[in-house]
Amino acid sequence: MRRDVFQAIADPTRRAIIALIAVQAMTPNAIAEHFDTTRQAVSKHLRILAECELVKQQPQGREIYYQLELEKMKEVDKWLEQFRQMWESRFAQLDQLLDTIKKKK
Amino acid sequence: MKHNLQFDFIADKVKNTLTVRREFLAGRQLVWDCYTQQELLNQWFAPKPFTTKTKSFNFSEGGHWHYAMVEPNGTEYWGWTDYLTIRPIDYYTSLDAFTNEAGDINTDLPRAEWVVTFTDKGENTLVETVVTYKSLSDLETVINMGMEQGMIATLEKLDELLLTIKQ
Repeated sequence: MRRDVFQAIADPTRRAIIALIAVQAMTPNAIAEHFDTTRQAVSKHLRILAECELVKQQPQGREIYYQLELEKMKEVDKWLEQFRQMWESRFAQLDQLLDTIKKKK
Repeated sequence: MKHNLQFDFIADKVKNTLTVRREFLAGRQLVWDCYTQQELLNQWFAPKPFTTKTKSFNFSEGGHWHYAMVEPNGTEYWGWTDYLTIRPIDYYTSLDAFTNEAGDINTDLPRAEWVVTFTDKGENTLVETVVTYKSLSDLETVINMGMEQGMIATLEKLDELLLTIKQ
């Protein structure tokens, strides 16, 4: 199944997980403690996040730590940037027009 | 001219909306006019380096705006806006579409509902535009189409920068 970063952030629990592990890498158990849902539900979200390539698993001894892939998060930013630029350009022109009209009055 | 004007840009991939808020250094009536009068719309609506060309315009409930965004090389991208509700000078709602020059709506491309709200912010005006698509794939289709325009705008900024450096 094809996954991308937008599927990762489409779910509120996954967004919360992202926010948690952005600060520090955590084990699945430590992550699950922050949520009311079952351990299995959290594991499923972690699996999706891994498939979206947004988290990296790092074994440390017998434990696996989940770490956020910040580079991947930048894709969200890039995607938005295209649309943002279009609006910025449009509004800059409106600024100019408003200025011109005000000066004429 | 660099202002510290509010500019929020929020894409909600769950609700399929795009919310754009921008503050303008002018009173509400004037900003409203710029959004609702043909001669004024033509001067700013198409992002640089595109220009706007209007074929027909009737800003009233049930009326429409049929326009083209024209590339510097002459390529035209036709659009259509149906005006649904108008409450001067507070807000209006509309439904956009892609068309051809004859005004036939392209049913393969998504339509979106726009709610454009004007509020006072001190002496300035805050305009909030909420664009709602029917589905996530509709929103993505349009954003993917916007990529080309975004690229052109970026390249033009580079052109301007190069000119400044050369001087």
